[in-house]
Amino acid sequence: MSSINSPFDKPFEQPVDSPGGRMRPVPAERNYLNADYSVRSWLLTKDHKRIALLYLFSVSFFFFIGSIYAMLIRLELLTPKGDLVQAATYNKLFTHHGIIMIFLFLIPSIPAILGNFLVPLMIGAKDLAFPKINLLSWYLYMIGAVIVSSAIMIGGVDTGWYFYVPYSSNFSNTYVTLAGLGIFVLGFSSILTGLNFIVTTHTMRAPGMTWFRLPLFIWSHYATSLIMLLGTPVIAITLLLLVFERTFHVGIFDPTIGGDPVLFQHLFWFYSHPAVYIMLLPGMAIISEIIATFSRKNIFGYKFVAFSSIAIAVFGFLVWGHHLFSSSQSVFAGMIFSFISFAVAVPSAIKVFNWTATLFRGSISYDTPMLYALGYIGLFAIGGLTGLFLASLGMDVHLTDTYFVVAHFHYVMVGGTLLAYLGGIHYWWPKITGRLYPEGWGRFSALIVFVGFNLTFFPQFLLGFLGMPRRYHAYPPEYQVLNVLSSAGASILAIGFTIPLIYLLWSLRYGPKATDDPWMATGLEWRTSSPPPTENFVETPIVTWEAYEFAPQETMKVVGKLTPDDKPDRSSYSGN
Amino acid sequence: MATQTLNHADAHHDAAHDEEHHPGLAHHFDNMEQQRDSGTLGMWVFLVTEIMFFGGMFLAYMLFRASNPNEFAAGSYQLDVLLGGINTAVLIGSSLTMALAVFFAQTGNKSLLVLFLLATILLGFVFLGIKAVEYGTKFSHGTIPGRNFKVEHKKMEEYEEHHHGDAAANVDPARLQMFFVIYFMLTGVHALHMIIGIGVMSVLVFFALRNRYSPEYHSHIELAGLYWHFVDIVWIFLFPLLYLIGRH
Ligand SMILES: [Cu+2]
Repeated sequence: MSSINSPFDKPFEQPVDSPGGRMRPVPAERNYLNADYSVRSWLLTKDHKRIALLYLFSVSFFFFIGSIYAMLIRLELLTPKGDLVQAATYNKLFTHHGIIMIFLFLIPSIPAILGNFLVPLMIGAKDLAFPKINLLSWYLYMIGAVIVSSAIMIGGVDTGWYFYVPYSSNFSNTYVTLAGLGIFVLGFSSILTGLNFIVTTHTMRAPGMTWFRLPLFIWSHYATSLIMLLGTPVIAITLLLLVFERTFHVGIFDPTIGGDPVLFQHLFWFYSHPAVYIMLLPGMAIISEIIATFSRKNIFGYKFVAFSSIAIAVFGFLVWGHHLFSSSQSVFAGMIFSFISFAVAVPSAIKVFNWTATLFRGSISYDTPMLYALGYIGLFAIGGLTGLFLASLGMDVHLTDTYFVVAHFHYVMVGGTLLAYLGGIHYWWPKITGRLYPEGWGRFSALIVFVGFNLTFFPQFLLGFLGMPRRYHAYPPEYQVLNVLSSAGASILAIGFTIPLIYLLWSLRYGPKATDDPWMATGLEWRTSSPPPTENFVETPIVTWEAYEFAPQETMKVVGKLTPDDKPDRSSYSGN
Repeated sequence: MATQTLNHADAHHDAAHDEEHHPGLAHHFDNMEQQRDSGTLGMWVFLVTEIMFFGGMFLAYMLFRASNPNEFAAGSYQLDVLLGGINTAVLIGSSLTMALAVFFAQTGNKSLLVLFLLATILLGFVFLGIKAVEYGTKFSHGTIPGRNFKVEHKKMEEYEEHHHGDAAANVDPARLQMFFVIYFMLTGVHALHMIIGIGVMSVLVFFALRNRYSPEYHSHIELAGLYWHFVDIVWIFLFPLLYLIGRH
């Protein structure tokens, strides 16, 4: 008997609740987690699932460090006077917050953790194409993280996360060179991850897993990898040029010795605008999976959603100039960049519309991942639409370098990526750990995060519109009410992030054991045990069904309890 | 797409029958073909990132040359075109020896494989040696970007003579060093790639001597070959852009 069944067969062939344990061809006890307990087996592992967990620990650690900086910033902004820290220290606080959150958290978060774990599982492969390179990418991440952390610890950087010259050229006497080198190394970690995903998607798909049967998660990660491969080398060489300039006192970007500061901005944003999509597309990958599973419907317009990911990756490379509207860019160039920036909103909008259309007449259940996904759609819509304000030439001049920009990208990065990341962690937690998290606490904290997030960042739109500039530690007293609201929201947000940390750790020991497919989802990752064995599948799966083919509930065999009015409740199908 | 799926299905079938299991086949691949395809695609993808990496520097080159055309021409005159030309020939020769190494890997001729790998390494060292001589001359004349930047006066006079009474003779010495910033960045990063390539090639010689490669299993050699040709092609662009622009 094959261990892999189409989702239609599943309830008939996998009785889940027999008293002596589940009927499986393989004893469920052997899995990637308990295959070997030695430290060596973790640090030298080539198993993509273990490397994903190594990333999970390190990336989560830096998320909490970055959050501490955020809290310090919000604490300083509680009062109009700069009374907590000096201006120079404040410069370092927001720089460290930005560098840690972007380069050490957002960029690796979803691809390196969930992507690493799921890409081979979803396409029915035993591993990524290059397991050793995958491990190398984690070590490069750690080396880069150590270099960046040491730059922060011996004195810090005060240039802002984007290292603009002249803040970062020979005028700065903070540790720009060291931080730049760290990010250079982190870039290679990201390149290797992208390379692995691209090759894996091309060559490692299981028999029958055609391109249009791939889960949308894979399409989005493919697009993300394209950006990682084409964009990251450019930021690497930019930072190398900056390091070269500072080390040898030559002018590449410094105009006093022949350089061109705007060249830095062009090179930097050539990577860093697409990098926004490195952070965003994996989030969209998760949302597509969650929306389909929790509405129990095929994604509306699968091909449109798939190709919109590729379109975002391609168009994303043509819009960097919208960061230079108020630099020395010609008005004509500005108009073109403005136009393309509007155009890039189209594929993003296609996704939002298609998710919404998927919800229409679906059998929606409001589990924690779905709450995060619904929150994502709303917040990403706000983040995306306010982006259009900033892509308009005239409007942008008013809003540049104000809190409006800060609010905009936090709606996209936190309201978008971070919510998707949390939703994804909850959704695949049973698969990763083999345990269920407490659903009630999950829903509760999802709501706390949503409320806290909006309270933190919505006032910042207003502040920016009223003209409060970003990156100052003091502000006129009339802005105080909105700033206090924002800081209060940040505290709520901090609680919302701490609760999952506690109950997820708790569930590792005390959570109920998860079945193979607790959500009755369709992907291949649910057709193997939870947690999966080291080789992912006992037998190579042969795919004969389309992505997101959900069985109608009426056809499914009821294996669990019935509600008082003789109808099966949802959990009775999956045996939870 | 359909054929590819079919191939995989067939491949899976073969593997299930355990007809052959090459010792070089990694556990997560179904067969040698899949493993080789993955390696080749991986190397091409990597080379694309390399193009973007060098691309940033070429962009800087274009920008600074457009704003300082005379200075770039004068800077180019400071370089030793003979040594640069010899190095170009050396690198093209090393691409030939590399291609031959790949050929003898495919035909399974171990001794000629090792011989041509060693020849490639040797030519790589010749290139780096000549480059070191060029760098050394620049150091001794102080033609190093930075606070004490100087140029070789003899060559500067030659250049001015060449362009006598010409607008091109108006060279701002301070901006001249922009040429050398770009020159050292580009050739330095290129030389670093050569050094990495020589390191990789040495490992391949070691493996080849231990009979690791056969006509069925030699993709390491092919991938190293792709890399080596790429580094060679970068130099083919660098040579005219750096050495020849001042000499028309
Ligand atoms: Cu942008």
